[in-house]
Amino acid sequence: MSQDFRLDNVGMVNREKKISFKFNGKKYFGFEGDTIASALIANGVHLVGRSFKYHRPRGFFGVGVDEPYAILQLDRNKERDPNIRATEQEIFEGLEVKSVNCWPSVNFDIGAINNFLKMFFPAGFYYKTFMWPPSFWYKIYEPFIRMAAGFGQASIKHDKERYEHKYEYCDLLITGSGPSGLASAYAAAKNGARVILAEDKPRFGGSLLTSDVNIGNQTGVEWTEKIIAELKSMPNVTVKNRSQVFGYYDHNMLVMSERISDHLPKTQKYLPKQRLWYIRANEVLISSGSIERPLVFGNNDTPGVMLSSAAKEYMKVYGVLVGKKPLIFTNNDSGYETAIEFKKNGVNPIILDTRSNPSSDIITEAKNLNIEIKFSYVVVAAKGYKKVKSADIAKISDDKKELFNIENIKCDCICVSGFWTPSIHLASQSGNKSKFNEKIDAFVPDKSKQQENTIGSANGIFTLEETIKDAFDKGFDVSNKITEKNNKVSVPTVVEKKSTDHDKFWCVPLPKGKSYKRFLDFQNDVAVSDIELALREGFRSIEHVKRYTTLGMATDQGKTSNLNGLQLVSDIENKVVPQVGHTTFRPPYTPVSIGAIVGREVGKHSKPTRKSPMHSWHEKNNAVFVDAGVWLRPRYYKQGNEGLFEASKREAKNVRQNVGVCDVTTLGKIDVKGPDAAEFLNRVYTNAWLKLPVGKARYGVMLREDGIVMDDGTTTRISENHYHMTTTTAQAANVLSHLEYYLQLVWPELNVNVVSTTEQWAGAAIAGPNSRKLLMKLFPDLDVSNEGLPFMGYKEADLFGVPAKIYRISFSGELAYEINVESDNGYFMWEKIMEVGQEFQIQPYGTEALSTLRIEMGHVAGSELDGRTIPYDASLEGLVSKKKDFIGKRSLNRSAFTSTDREKLVGVVPIDKTTSIPEGSYIVKDPKAKLPNPKLGHVSASCWSVEYDNPFSLAIIKDGKNMIGQKLFAMSPLKNKTIPVEIVSSHYVDPEGKRVRS
Amino acid sequence: MLYINCPHCGLRSQNEFAYGGDATVKRPELNKEISDQEWDNFVYLRKSPRGKHLELWHHISGCRQWIKVERDTSTHEIFKTYKANEAIE
Repeated sequence: MSQDFRLDNVGMVNREKKISFKFNGKKYFGFEGDTIASALIANGVHLVGRSFKYHRPRGFFGVGVDEPYAILQLDRNKERDPNIRATEQEIFEGLEVKSVNCWPSVNFDIGAINNFLKMFFPAGFYYKTFMWPPSFWYKIYEPFIRMAAGFGQASIKHDKERYEHKYEYCDLLITGSGPSGLASAYAAAKNGARVILAEDKPRFGGSLLTSDVNIGNQTGVEWTEKIIAELKSMPNVTVKNRSQVFGYYDHNMLVMSERISDHLPKTQKYLPKQRLWYIRANEVLISSGSIERPLVFGNNDTPGVMLSSAAKEYMKVYGVLVGKKPLIFTNNDSGYETAIEFKKNGVNPIILDTRSNPSSDIITEAKNLNIEIKFSYVVVAAKGYKKVKSADIAKISDDKKELFNIENIKCDCICVSGFWTPSIHLASQSGNKSKFNEKIDAFVPDKSKQQENTIGSANGIFTLEETIKDAFDKGFDVSNKITEKNNKVSVPTVVEKKSTDHDKFWCVPLPKGKSYKRFLDFQNDVAVSDIELALREGFRSIEHVKRYTTLGMATDQGKTSNLNGLQLVSDIENKVVPQVGHTTFRPPYTPVSIGAIVGREVGKHSKPTRKSPMHSWHEKNNAVFVDAGVWLRPRYYKQGNEGLFEASKREAKNVRQNVGVCDVTTLGKIDVKGPDAAEFLNRVYTNAWLKLPVGKARYGVMLREDGIVMDDGTTTRISENHYHMTTTTAQAANVLSHLEYYLQLVWPELNVNVVSTTEQWAGAAIAGPNSRKLLMKLFPDLDVSNEGLPFMGYKEADLFGVPAKIYRISFSGELAYEINVESDNGYFMWEKIMEVGQEFQIQPYGTEALSTLRIEMGHVAGSELDGRTIPYDASLEGLVSKKKDFIGKRSLNRSAFTSTDREKLVGVVPIDKTTSIPEGSYIVKDPKAKLPNPKLGHVSASCWSVEYDNPFSLAIIKDGKNMIGQKLFAMSPLKNKTIPVEIVSSHYVDPEGKRVRS
Repeated sequence: MLYINCPHCGLRSQNEFAYGGDATVKRPELNKEISDQEWDNFVYLRKSPRGKHLELWHHISGCRQWIKVERDTSTHEIFKTYKANEAIE
């Protein structure tokens, strides 16, 4: 198809480079620099989608972020990208896009039947219809609504593109490169400030690209190019295009999304697709401009009806005519600029001006160009279904209530201008209240809340001269607060033709006997009649009207519909707009892709992975790893065809019979140092610490202030004022914060320092009856006898030339030792242990065997200390000192904690000695009792006891100690299992603890 | 995202800090006989003021010091920050 609507030698697209793309499977051509919208319009295509509710035909309405209609789905590198605005997406070779919300095609859409049923789809239709019966929701209503709703489909595949985050700091962030943005950036940059200038579009200049003005004896475009070139050359300035500042957050943090590769066929190597900038700015100048307001008339959503500024930009920037028989419908001078541009390009427009007798330079110019102008005229209704074919126009009375002389004239597009709405979104997000400016019939920002100022048309300043002057001043003022350089540049002279008068008219009355739909919100199909209905039904607050009718709730967030909606509500309610108020502006200003928000934190990068120094040894020896917090720990070492169950059983059995070695590097380690360290530990732990001798370790439990167990572990006195504390892997960070809290805030008088040493030490636990023999060979010069290194003893020694620390502590319940060496020597230590241990049948064991060993010993871990247990619940009463005070002690007197039927730790064995009890099972008296079955407690951990070769579990049940010997049932509704069980002591193996002391 | 002036490190982004709750709560002294009510107030009861609030923040990804921050809970304005044991104005 040829580009019938492309003008010769007009516009800024690159005519040298022709680009082909596909729309709904059909091939079209455009030029480099075109958007999908401009390229399609050049090809005469105006039907691109269907509306949300009625499936009415949709074309193009705007030329940028405000576009409510032209939302497409894009395919790029076999990736699907929904919610693409055709007015923003630039074309590239091979681009494929298609229409959404229509089936089977945009030309023939079955859903359009809704359009003829529209009397049945008024505001609140869904609320009123899909109420009863509730059981219909899940199977009937929801699937139906879901099928009918939505603009495009998100990809369900993993997104292979790269997105980046960047943190940036600056003196001044300027959001928008229109006349005010450029002028203030220039003034501030010349005054030495570090400036970031962000422009959403590919081209800088904003309205200067399309308005016929003169700044400092240059055209708007020339002046823009000069300023941008100079800014780019300055080291203190960052200039970014295709970058939308979409959110204004606390403490002057703004977030900007930069589209780096979206306009390219493929993301370039070393570049991300998009980059999210977190910008902390000392000062912000909001120069986000304004958006033209539509005028409301019958069938004003027909393709071919569009904003007059958009029609102008399509001509001046893209060299594209939106129609060849244009009708310009305006209540201010902006429409004249568009008309003159048409005329200059050889097209004869007709202007309908709602004003009766306006005058300005630009109107005179239009008259001199012999453009046909009808004053006090309006468009009553657009005619045509998939494209405007004609329009009913009429003369309107001075009070704007009566229509006369309705006639039909031919046209192929209607360019509307209902004056301008400042984009106050960012100012509003900053916390700024807005105020209503009667002169422009719109809200403008009121007092600045954060370090921000709004300039230019975003602040309701619509004359260029005032805008430029104010922007130069503001740029200087805010920069001078920071740089104090007093370097002021002179303000250029400005020539502009149009005036800023406008008619306070925005909605054409319906002629007698006609019921045209007059739309306010084009994307969500909210018409004047819907708002009227909502108000009749009693909705008063604008926030309620919004939610009931969905006005302004579409992806464009009401950029074009907001004010007209407010006007209507205030007209019906006999109020003025400021009394009605406006709904809240929230970020993001424009849709942001989820990928950009997530950034690089996907897959393995979503959290750090920590590995012990012995990790590569585990890998080489077929370890199967498990996540332990951010650590990777060997769960078991696979031999042959073993699964988890067989391997862990073998490993645990070998510990009980010979000797095993386990990587315990991940345990939290904290150095506690200082003259008051003993006193501090005495306050932190529930048991007594003042008399622990040097060279001895002690097991301790620490509580939160509410009496709940926080963590447990051993702490060893290395020297007089130096203790080595261990914590569980999971709680390491919390325990350090906890200790710092008490040292810094509660007891600052204690002379103690704490620091994490988790990563400084590699740890290996050797456990089993052969462990002492192994230790003798590892440390031949050391006395490792039961007297020389007794249970809970500590020694420092030399491991084949490497300094090592030996703690005689045991989690497995066997004779065991923990050897620590500096992390760099961890691998060496491990290899030596394996090598020397060979003759004692050493095997490495993973976390699964570790669990088995501790469960059958009745040692508690995270599944018992689950944030609900106090020491008494976990059979740890022997560790609770009656004499001294400690963190959380006072809470242990609470009646709930002293009641006799508290759930306490017990052991559970299945009566048949073969059926494993699922973790999480409930313990009940009668499995057939009426539901809800009273629960005695739950199974916290299960294993296969290698000592007795039958299943064994730990459970926390009511009145636990008195239940021992009882026959109860473990029920797992999840696994649909009911298992008869016997309650036994939690100390299933070696209850006297002989082995650890042997 | 808040911008918190750590008295030890200077202005840092909120994501370096962990929130630590009401800074005006004082732990009862050790070994002191107190009523259940007093203990209950210390462990559980917190005001949730709208407006100025003195709160604890822990600079966990920085100097690891606990600091006190006077912040408006509705506007997020930060008026002043203090070291752990600095006198509060």
